[in-house]
Amino acid sequence: MSDVYLPASLDEVHAIRKRAPDAVILGGGTDLLVRMRATGKKPSVLIGLELIAELSRITLQDGFIRIGPMVTHQALLDSPVIRQHLPLVHKAAQVLGSPPIRHMGTIGGNICTASPAGDILPALYVLDAGLEISSPAGKRIVPIQEFITGPGKTILSNTEILSGVRVKVPDPRYQGYYLKVGQRKSLAISIISMAALLMVSPDKKILSARFAWGSVGPIVMRFPDIESSLAGRTFGPDLLLEVGRRTSERIQPIRDIRASASYRKMVAEGLPLKILEECSEKLPSTKKNHE
Amino acid sequence: MKIRCVINGKPVDLEAASDRRVIDLLRENLGLCGTKEACGSGECGACTILVDGVSRLSCLMVAAQIEGKEIVTIEGFSSDHLHPIQEAFITKGAIQCGFCTPGMVLATADLLKRNPAPNRNEIRKALSGNICRCTGYQKIVDAVESVKGNQEYDHE
Repeated sequence: MSDVYLPASLDEVHAIRKRAPDAVILGGGTDLLVRMRATGKKPSVLIGLELIAELSRITLQDGFIRIGPMVTHQALLDSPVIRQHLPLVHKAAQVLGSPPIRHMGTIGGNICTASPAGDILPALYVLDAGLEISSPAGKRIVPIQEFITGPGKTILSNTEILSGVRVKVPDPRYQGYYLKVGQRKSLAISIISMAALLMVSPDKKILSARFAWGSVGPIVMRFPDIESSLAGRTFGPDLLLEVGRRTSERIQPIRDIRASASYRKMVAEGLPLKILEECSEKLPSTKKNHE
Repeated sequence: MKIRCVINGKPVDLEAASDRRVIDLLRENLGLCGTKEACGSGECGACTILVDGVSRLSCLMVAAQIEGKEIVTIEGFSSDHLHPIQEAFITKGAIQCGFCTPGMVLATADLLKRNPAPNRNEIRKALSGNICRCTGYQKIVDAVESVKGNQEYDHE
Protein backbone atom coordinates (compact mmCIF):
# COMPACT_ATOMS: atom_id res chain seq x y z
CA MET A 1 0.00 0.00 0.00
CA SER A 2 1.16 3.51 -0.74
CA ASP A 3 0.55 6.55 1.40
CA VAL A 4 -0.51 9.38 -0.88
CA TYR A 5 0.40 12.95 0.03
CA LEU A 6 -0.78 16.04 -1.80
CA PRO A 7 1.43 18.83 -0.46
CA ALA A 8 0.66 22.48 -1.17
CA SER A 9 4.22 23.68 -1.76
CA LEU A 10 7.57 22.54 -3.12
CA ASP A 11 9.09 22.98 0.35
CA GLU A 12 6.63 20.42 1.67
CA VAL A 13 7.56 18.04 -1.15
CA HIS A 14 11.21 18.31 -0.16
CA ALA A 15 10.32 17.76 3.51
CA ILE A 16 8.31 14.59 2.75
CA ARG A 17 11.14 13.23 0.61
CA LYS A 18 13.61 13.83 3.39
CA ARG A 19 11.52 11.53 5.57
CA ALA A 20 10.76 9.09 2.75
CA PRO A 21 13.65 9.09 0.23
CA ASP A 22 11.97 6.38 -1.86
CA ALA A 23 8.83 8.45 -2.38
CA VAL A 24 7.62 8.56 -5.97
CA ILE A 25 6.26 11.73 -7.57
CA LEU A 26 2.72 11.48 -8.99
CA GLY A 27 1.85 13.86 -11.83
CA GLY A 28 -1.35 13.11 -13.73
CA GLY A 29 -1.06 9.37 -13.04
CA THR A 30 -1.71 8.26 -16.60
CA ASP A 31 1.61 6.40 -16.79
CA LEU A 32 2.60 5.84 -13.18
CA LEU A 33 -0.68 4.34 -11.96
CA VAL A 34 -0.88 2.04 -14.99
CA ARG A 35 2.68 0.87 -14.36
CA MET A 36 2.07 0.36 -10.64
CA ARG A 37 -0.93 -1.81 -11.38
CA ALA A 38 0.82 -3.79 -14.11
CA THR A 39 3.89 -4.54 -12.02
CA GLY A 40 2.16 -4.81 -8.64
CA LYS A 41 5.01 -2.72 -7.24
CA LYS A 42 3.75 0.04 -5.01
CA PRO A 43 6.06 2.67 -3.57
CA SER A 44 5.61 3.28 0.15
CA VAL A 45 4.89 6.95 -0.48
CA LEU A 46 3.35 8.76 -3.44
CA ILE A 47 3.62 12.55 -3.62
CA GLY A 48 1.01 14.15 -5.87
CA LEU A 49 1.82 17.68 -7.07
CA GLU A 50 -1.65 18.76 -8.19
CA LEU A 51 -2.32 21.18 -5.34
CA ILE A 52 0.86 23.21 -5.87
CA ALA A 53 -0.59 26.14 -7.81
CA GLU A 54 2.71 27.47 -9.18
CA LEU A 55 3.34 24.16 -10.93
CA SER A 56 0.16 24.47 -13.00
CA ARG A 57 0.83 27.91 -14.48
CA ILE A 58 1.85 29.06 -17.93
CA THR A 59 3.56 32.46 -17.98
CA LEU A 60 5.16 34.62 -20.65
CA GLN A 61 7.89 36.93 -19.41
CA ASP A 62 11.00 38.54 -20.91
CA GLY A 63 10.73 36.52 -24.11
CA PHE A 64 10.48 33.20 -22.32
CA ILE A 65 7.49 30.95 -21.80
CA ARG A 66 7.49 29.05 -18.55
CA ILE A 67 5.24 26.01 -18.34
CA GLY A 68 4.65 24.41 -14.95
CA PRO A 69 5.19 20.64 -14.97
CA MET A 70 1.63 20.01 -13.75
CA VAL A 71 0.10 21.81 -16.73
CA THR A 72 -2.10 19.20 -18.36
CA HIS A 73 -2.12 18.57 -22.08
CA GLN A 74 -5.64 20.02 -22.18
CA ALA A 75 -4.36 23.17 -20.45
CA LEU A 76 -1.67 23.44 -23.15
CA LEU A 77 -4.41 23.22 -25.78
CA ASP A 78 -6.54 25.84 -23.98
CA SER A 79 -3.68 28.30 -23.44
CA PRO A 80 -3.64 31.37 -25.74
CA VAL A 81 0.10 31.75 -24.99
CA ILE A 82 0.87 28.24 -26.22
CA ARG A 83 -1.42 28.58 -29.23
CA GLN A 84 0.16 31.85 -30.28
CA HIS A 85 3.83 31.37 -29.44
CA LEU A 86 4.39 27.60 -29.35
CA PRO A 87 2.05 26.17 -32.01
CA LEU A 88 4.38 23.18 -32.27
CA VAL A 89 3.71 22.22 -28.65
CA HIS A 90 0.01 22.82 -29.30
CA LYS A 91 0.12 20.43 -32.21
CA ALA A 92 1.93 17.75 -30.23
CA ALA A 93 -0.65 18.00 -27.44
CA GLN A 94 -3.48 17.51 -29.97
CA VAL A 95 -2.27 14.05 -30.96
CA LEU A 96 -1.43 12.87 -27.45
CA GLY A 97 -3.64 10.14 -25.96
CA SER A 98 -7.36 10.86 -25.82
CA PRO A 99 -9.48 13.63 -24.26
CA PRO A 100 -9.58 12.14 -20.72
CA ILE A 101 -5.85 11.35 -20.89
CA ARG A 102 -5.23 14.95 -21.93
CA HIS A 103 -7.35 16.15 -19.00
CA MET A 104 -5.14 14.20 -16.59
CA GLY A 105 -1.67 13.74 -18.10
CA THR A 106 0.85 16.53 -17.61
CA ILE A 107 3.78 17.95 -19.56
CA GLY A 108 6.08 17.22 -16.62
CA GLY A 109 4.90 13.63 -16.61
CA ASN A 110 5.54 13.31 -20.33
CA ILE A 111 9.10 14.57 -19.76
CA CYS A 112 9.92 12.60 -16.60
CA THR A 113 8.43 9.35 -17.95
CA ALA A 114 11.18 9.85 -20.54
CA SER A 115 9.66 7.51 -23.09
CA PRO A 116 11.26 7.78 -26.53
CA ALA A 117 7.65 7.86 -27.76
CA GLY A 118 6.61 10.79 -25.51
CA ASP A 119 4.51 12.96 -27.82
CA ILE A 120 5.48 16.37 -26.46
CA LEU A 121 9.21 15.59 -26.40
CA PRO A 122 10.24 16.09 -30.06
CA ALA A 123 8.59 19.54 -29.96
CA LEU A 124 10.53 20.47 -26.82
CA TYR A 125 13.77 19.16 -28.34
CA VAL A 126 13.60 21.34 -31.46
CA LEU A 127 12.60 24.32 -29.30
CA ASP A 128 15.74 23.75 -27.18
CA ALA A 129 13.62 23.72 -24.03
CA GLY A 130 15.34 24.22 -20.69
CA LEU A 131 14.14 22.27 -17.70
CA GLU A 132 14.17 23.81 -14.26
CA ILE A 133 15.16 21.43 -11.51
CA SER A 134 14.41 22.29 -7.88
CA SER A 135 16.00 20.73 -4.84
CA PRO A 136 16.34 21.86 -1.22
CA ALA A 137 19.68 23.38 -2.33
CA GLY A 138 18.10 25.63 -4.98
CA LYS A 139 17.25 25.70 -8.65
CA ARG A 140 19.13 25.02 -11.87
CA ILE A 141 18.20 24.80 -15.53
CA VAL A 142 19.45 22.08 -17.87
CA PRO A 143 18.74 21.55 -21.58
CA ILE A 144 16.18 18.80 -22.22
CA GLN A 145 18.85 16.90 -24.18
CA GLU A 146 20.86 16.53 -20.98
CA PHE A 147 17.86 15.84 -18.76
CA ILE A 148 16.70 12.62 -20.41
CA THR A 149 19.45 10.00 -20.43
CA GLY A 150 17.68 6.83 -21.59
CA PRO A 151 14.29 5.16 -21.83
CA GLY A 152 12.59 6.00 -18.52
CA LYS A 153 15.78 7.61 -17.23
CA THR A 154 16.46 11.21 -16.27
CA ILE A 155 19.21 12.97 -14.35
CA LEU A 156 16.83 13.74 -11.46
CA SER A 157 18.09 12.52 -8.09
CA ASN A 158 15.66 11.60 -5.33
CA THR A 159 16.00 15.07 -3.79
CA GLU A 160 15.26 16.85 -7.06
CA ILE A 161 12.05 17.65 -8.87
CA LEU A 162 11.21 19.05 -12.31
CA SER A 163 9.69 22.42 -11.42
CA GLY A 164 9.35 24.14 -14.78
CA VAL A 165 9.79 23.99 -18.54
CA ARG A 166 11.38 27.07 -20.05
CA VAL A 167 11.14 27.82 -23.75
CA LYS A 168 12.44 30.93 -25.51
CA VAL A 169 9.76 32.45 -27.72
CA PRO A 170 10.93 31.35 -31.16
CA ASP A 171 11.79 33.82 -33.92
CA PRO A 172 8.47 34.39 -35.71
CA ARG A 173 10.11 33.42 -39.00
CA TYR A 174 10.26 29.83 -37.76
CA GLN A 175 7.53 27.46 -38.94
CA GLY A 176 6.89 24.38 -36.83
CA TYR A 177 5.77 20.98 -38.12
CA TYR A 178 4.78 17.95 -36.11
CA LEU A 179 4.10 14.55 -37.61
CA LYS A 180 3.14 11.39 -35.77
CA VAL A 181 2.66 7.95 -37.23
CA GLY A 182 0.75 5.51 -35.05
CA GLN A 183 -1.35 2.41 -35.58
CA ARG A 184 -4.46 4.53 -35.22
CA LYS A 185 -5.27 8.14 -34.52
CA SER A 186 -6.44 8.05 -30.93
CA LEU A 187 -4.69 6.60 -27.89
CA ALA A 188 -1.82 5.51 -30.07
CA ILE A 189 1.73 5.25 -28.88
CA SER A 190 3.78 6.62 -31.73
CA ILE A 191 5.57 4.26 -34.08
CA ILE A 192 7.60 7.26 -35.11
CA SER A 193 7.19 10.98 -34.62
CA MET A 194 9.02 14.02 -35.88
CA ALA A 195 9.06 17.69 -34.99
CA ALA A 196 10.67 20.21 -37.30
CA LEU A 197 11.37 23.90 -36.90
CA LEU A 198 12.31 25.55 -40.17
CA MET A 199 13.29 29.09 -41.05
CA VAL A 200 13.20 29.61 -44.80
CA SER A 201 14.05 32.88 -46.59
CA PRO A 202 11.64 34.43 -49.13
CA ASP A 203 13.81 32.97 -51.93
CA LYS A 204 13.38 29.51 -50.28
CA LYS A 205 16.86 29.17 -48.81
CA ILE A 206 17.14 27.39 -45.48
CA LEU A 207 18.25 29.84 -42.80
CA SER A 208 17.88 27.36 -39.96
CA ALA A 209 16.51 23.84 -39.70
CA ARG A 210 15.99 21.60 -36.71
CA PHE A 211 14.54 18.09 -36.67
CA ALA A 212 13.81 15.91 -33.63
CA TRP A 213 12.75 12.29 -33.92
CA GLY A 214 10.70 10.21 -31.49
CA SER A 215 10.57 6.40 -31.20
CA VAL A 216 13.67 5.89 -33.32
CA GLY A 217 16.10 5.11 -30.51
CA PRO A 218 16.43 5.01 -26.72
CA ILE A 219 15.82 8.77 -26.49
CA VAL A 220 14.47 11.47 -28.79
CA MET A 221 17.17 12.11 -31.40
CA ARG A 222 18.52 15.20 -33.14
CA PHE A 223 21.37 15.13 -35.63
CA PRO A 224 23.17 18.50 -35.43
CA ASP A 225 25.47 17.70 -38.33
CA ILE A 226 22.53 16.98 -40.64
CA GLU A 227 20.78 20.15 -39.46
CA SER A 228 23.78 22.42 -39.97
CA SER A 229 24.53 21.00 -43.42
CA LEU A 230 21.16 22.29 -44.63
CA ALA A 231 21.89 26.00 -44.15
CA GLY A 232 21.82 27.92 -47.41
CA ARG A 233 20.31 25.03 -49.36
CA THR A 234 17.05 25.36 -51.27
CA PHE A 235 13.95 24.21 -49.43
CA GLY A 236 11.93 21.63 -51.36
CA PRO A 237 11.20 17.94 -51.84
CA ASP A 238 14.79 17.03 -52.72
CA LEU A 239 16.11 18.53 -49.54
CA LEU A 240 13.44 16.92 -47.38
CA LEU A 241 14.01 13.52 -48.97
CA GLU A 242 17.70 13.90 -48.28
CA VAL A 243 17.01 14.66 -44.60
CA GLY A 244 14.83 11.56 -44.41
CA ARG A 245 17.39 9.34 -46.13
CA ARG A 246 20.32 10.56 -44.02
CA THR A 247 18.30 10.27 -40.81
CA SER A 248 17.10 6.79 -41.71
CA GLU A 249 20.73 5.69 -42.14
CA ARG A 250 21.63 6.98 -38.69
CA ILE A 251 18.79 5.71 -36.50
CA GLN A 252 18.75 2.35 -34.75
CA PRO A 253 15.07 1.84 -33.99
CA ILE A 254 13.81 -1.10 -32.00
CA ARG A 255 11.41 -3.77 -33.19
CA ASP A 256 8.38 -4.02 -30.91
CA ILE A 257 4.68 -4.87 -30.96
CA ARG A 258 3.92 -1.66 -32.82
CA ALA A 259 6.36 -1.92 -35.73
CA SER A 260 9.48 -3.58 -37.06
CA ALA A 261 12.79 -1.73 -37.10
CA SER A 262 12.91 -1.77 -40.90
CA TYR A 263 9.40 -0.26 -41.10
CA ARG A 264 10.49 2.55 -38.78
CA LYS A 265 13.53 3.25 -40.94
CA MET A 266 11.34 3.33 -44.04
CA VAL A 267 8.82 5.70 -42.46
CA ALA A 268 11.61 7.97 -41.21
CA GLU A 269 12.87 8.28 -44.75
CA GLY A 270 9.57 9.56 -46.08
CA LEU A 271 8.31 11.54 -43.11
CA PRO A 272 10.06 14.90 -43.75
CA LEU A 273 8.46 15.01 -47.19
CA LYS A 274 5.06 15.27 -45.51
CA ILE A 275 6.07 18.73 -44.34
CA LEU A 276 5.21 19.86 -47.86
CA GLU A 277 1.58 18.89 -47.39
CA GLU A 278 1.36 21.17 -44.39
CA CYS A 279 3.17 24.13 -45.85
CA SER A 280 1.61 24.03 -49.30
CA GLU A 281 -0.45 27.11 -48.46
CA LYS A 282 2.59 29.07 -47.43
CA LEU A 283 4.73 27.88 -50.32
CA PRO A 284 2.30 27.13 -53.17
CA SER A 285 4.92 26.71 -55.86
CA THR A 286 6.76 24.06 -53.87
CA LYS A 287 3.66 21.93 -53.79
CA LYS A 288 3.30 22.30 -57.53
CA ASN A 289 6.88 21.15 -58.10
CA HIS A 290 6.30 18.20 -55.85
CA GLU A 291 3.26 17.11 -57.74
CA MET B 1 -7.56 8.62 5.45
CA LYS B 2 -10.73 10.63 5.83
CA ILE B 3 -12.04 12.07 2.60
CA ARG B 4 -14.72 14.70 2.23
CA CYS B 5 -16.17 15.34 -1.15
CA VAL B 6 -19.45 15.81 -2.96
CA ILE B 7 -20.69 12.84 -4.94
CA ASN B 8 -23.73 13.27 -7.16
CA GLY B 9 -24.72 16.41 -5.31
CA LYS B 10 -24.47 14.95 -1.82
CA PRO B 11 -21.67 15.72 0.65
CA VAL B 12 -19.94 12.47 1.55
CA ASP B 13 -17.50 11.53 4.32
CA LEU B 14 -15.43 8.50 3.50
CA GLU B 15 -12.81 6.45 5.22
CA ALA B 16 -10.49 4.82 2.70
CA ALA B 17 -6.88 4.03 2.00
CA SER B 18 -5.33 7.08 0.33
CA ASP B 19 -4.22 4.98 -2.64
CA ARG B 20 -7.54 3.22 -3.20
CA ARG B 21 -8.55 3.61 -6.82
CA VAL B 22 -11.52 5.93 -7.24
CA ILE B 23 -13.33 3.36 -9.37
CA ASP B 24 -13.12 0.82 -6.51
CA LEU B 25 -14.24 3.45 -4.05
CA LEU B 26 -17.28 4.26 -6.19
CA ARG B 27 -18.26 0.71 -7.04
CA GLU B 28 -17.35 -1.17 -3.88
CA ASN B 29 -17.54 1.35 -1.04
CA LEU B 30 -20.47 3.35 -2.36
CA GLY B 31 -22.26 0.78 -4.53
CA LEU B 32 -22.25 3.12 -7.52
CA CYS B 33 -21.82 0.39 -10.11
CA GLY B 34 -22.89 2.53 -13.07
CA THR B 35 -19.23 3.43 -13.49
CA LYS B 36 -17.69 0.51 -15.37
CA GLU B 37 -14.22 -0.88 -15.49
CA ALA B 38 -12.87 -2.59 -18.58
CA CYS B 39 -9.18 -2.01 -19.34
CA GLY B 40 -8.11 -0.53 -16.00
CA SER B 41 -5.34 1.33 -17.78
CA GLY B 42 -6.84 4.47 -19.27
CA GLU B 43 -7.49 3.20 -22.76
CA CYS B 44 -11.21 2.49 -22.89
CA GLY B 45 -13.08 5.30 -21.12
CA ALA B 46 -15.63 2.97 -19.47
CA CYS B 47 -14.75 4.39 -16.05
CA THR B 48 -15.21 8.03 -17.07
CA ILE B 49 -16.58 10.29 -14.33
CA LEU B 50 -16.87 14.06 -14.07
CA VAL B 51 -14.55 15.68 -11.54
CA ASP B 52 -15.40 19.35 -11.06
CA GLY B 53 -17.21 19.08 -14.40
CA VAL B 54 -14.29 17.61 -16.36
CA SER B 55 -14.21 14.06 -17.69
CA ARG B 56 -11.55 11.95 -16.01
CA LEU B 57 -10.79 8.27 -15.69
CA SER B 58 -11.64 6.88 -12.28
CA CYS B 59 -9.34 3.88 -12.79
CA LEU B 60 -6.36 6.24 -12.89
CA MET B 61 -7.19 8.28 -9.82
CA VAL B 62 -6.56 7.52 -6.18
CA ALA B 63 -8.84 8.36 -3.27
CA ALA B 64 -6.66 11.20 -1.96
CA GLN B 65 -7.21 13.09 -5.21
CA ILE B 66 -10.98 13.51 -4.74
CA GLU B 67 -10.71 15.31 -1.41
CA GLY B 68 -12.79 18.50 -1.72
CA LYS B 69 -13.86 17.68 -5.25
CA GLU B 70 -17.27 17.44 -6.84
CA ILE B 71 -17.82 14.07 -8.48
CA VAL B 72 -20.62 13.17 -10.86
CA THR B 73 -21.19 9.55 -11.89
CA ILE B 74 -23.88 8.34 -14.25
CA GLU B 75 -26.19 7.74 -11.27
CA GLY B 76 -26.15 11.44 -10.44
CA PHE B 77 -26.06 12.82 -13.96
CA SER B 78 -29.81 13.32 -14.01
CA SER B 79 -32.24 13.40 -11.12
CA ASP B 80 -35.99 12.99 -11.64
CA HIS B 81 -35.96 12.82 -15.43
CA LEU B 82 -33.43 11.68 -18.01
CA HIS B 83 -30.83 14.15 -19.19
CA PRO B 84 -31.20 15.23 -22.85
CA ILE B 85 -27.98 13.36 -23.65
CA GLN B 86 -29.44 10.16 -22.21
CA GLU B 87 -32.69 10.75 -24.10
CA ALA B 88 -30.73 11.18 -27.32
CA PHE B 89 -28.81 7.94 -26.78
CA ILE B 90 -32.09 6.07 -26.36
CA THR B 91 -33.87 7.80 -29.23
CA LYS B 92 -31.03 7.21 -31.67
CA GLY B 93 -30.43 3.61 -30.65
CA ALA B 94 -26.93 4.43 -29.44
CA ILE B 95 -27.02 1.77 -26.76
CA GLN B 96 -26.36 -1.88 -27.47
CA CYS B 97 -24.89 -3.82 -24.57
CA GLY B 98 -24.72 -0.58 -22.58
CA PHE B 99 -21.34 -1.17 -20.97
CA CYS B 100 -19.67 1.86 -22.56
CA THR B 101 -22.76 4.06 -22.26
CA PRO B 102 -22.11 5.70 -18.86
CA GLY B 103 -18.65 6.75 -20.03
CA MET B 104 -19.94 7.85 -23.44
CA VAL B 105 -22.69 9.96 -21.86
CA LEU B 106 -20.30 11.69 -19.44
CA ALA B 107 -17.67 12.24 -22.16
CA THR B 108 -20.46 13.80 -24.24
CA ALA B 109 -21.35 16.09 -21.33
CA ASP B 110 -17.73 17.28 -21.21
CA LEU B 111 -17.70 17.84 -24.98
CA LEU B 112 -20.92 19.85 -25.07
CA LYS B 113 -19.74 22.02 -22.22
CA ARG B 114 -16.63 22.96 -24.22
CA ASN B 115 -18.31 22.99 -27.61
CA PRO B 116 -22.13 23.25 -27.61
CA ALA B 117 -22.43 22.61 -31.36
CA PRO B 118 -19.77 20.13 -32.44
CA ASN B 119 -19.65 18.71 -35.95
CA ARG B 120 -19.36 14.96 -36.55
CA ASN B 121 -15.60 15.06 -36.77
CA GLU B 122 -15.34 16.96 -33.50
CA ILE B 123 -17.71 14.48 -31.88
CA ARG B 124 -15.58 11.56 -33.02
CA LYS B 125 -12.44 13.20 -31.71
CA ALA B 126 -14.05 14.06 -28.37
CA LEU B 127 -15.26 10.48 -27.89
CA SER B 128 -12.04 8.92 -29.14
CA GLY B 129 -11.06 7.93 -25.61
CA ASN B 130 -14.23 5.88 -25.20
CA ILE B 131 -14.38 2.49 -26.80
CA CYS B 132 -17.60 0.71 -27.76
CA ARG B 133 -17.00 -2.96 -28.55
CA CYS B 134 -20.46 -3.40 -30.03
CA THR B 135 -19.02 -0.85 -32.50
CA GLY B 136 -22.12 1.28 -32.40
CA TYR B 137 -20.18 4.46 -33.09
CA GLN B 138 -22.37 5.62 -35.95
CA LYS B 139 -25.44 5.83 -33.75
CA ILE B 140 -23.50 7.27 -30.86
CA VAL B 141 -22.31 10.10 -33.08
CA ASP B 142 -25.90 10.49 -34.36
CA ALA B 143 -27.09 10.77 -30.77
CA VAL B 144 -24.56 13.41 -29.77
CA GLU B 145 -25.24 15.34 -32.95
CA SER B 146 -28.96 15.36 -32.18
CA VAL B 147 -28.40 16.78 -28.68
CA LYS B 148 -26.59 19.82 -29.96
CA GLY B 149 -29.74 20.95 -31.73
CA ASN B 150 -31.82 20.46 -28.62
CA GLN B 151 -32.72 23.93 -27.38
CA GLU B 152 -33.55 22.60 -23.96
CA TYR B 153 -30.08 21.25 -23.44
CA ASP B 154 -28.56 23.03 -20.51
CA HIS B 155 -24.83 22.60 -20.69
CA GLU B 156 -24.27 23.71 -17.14
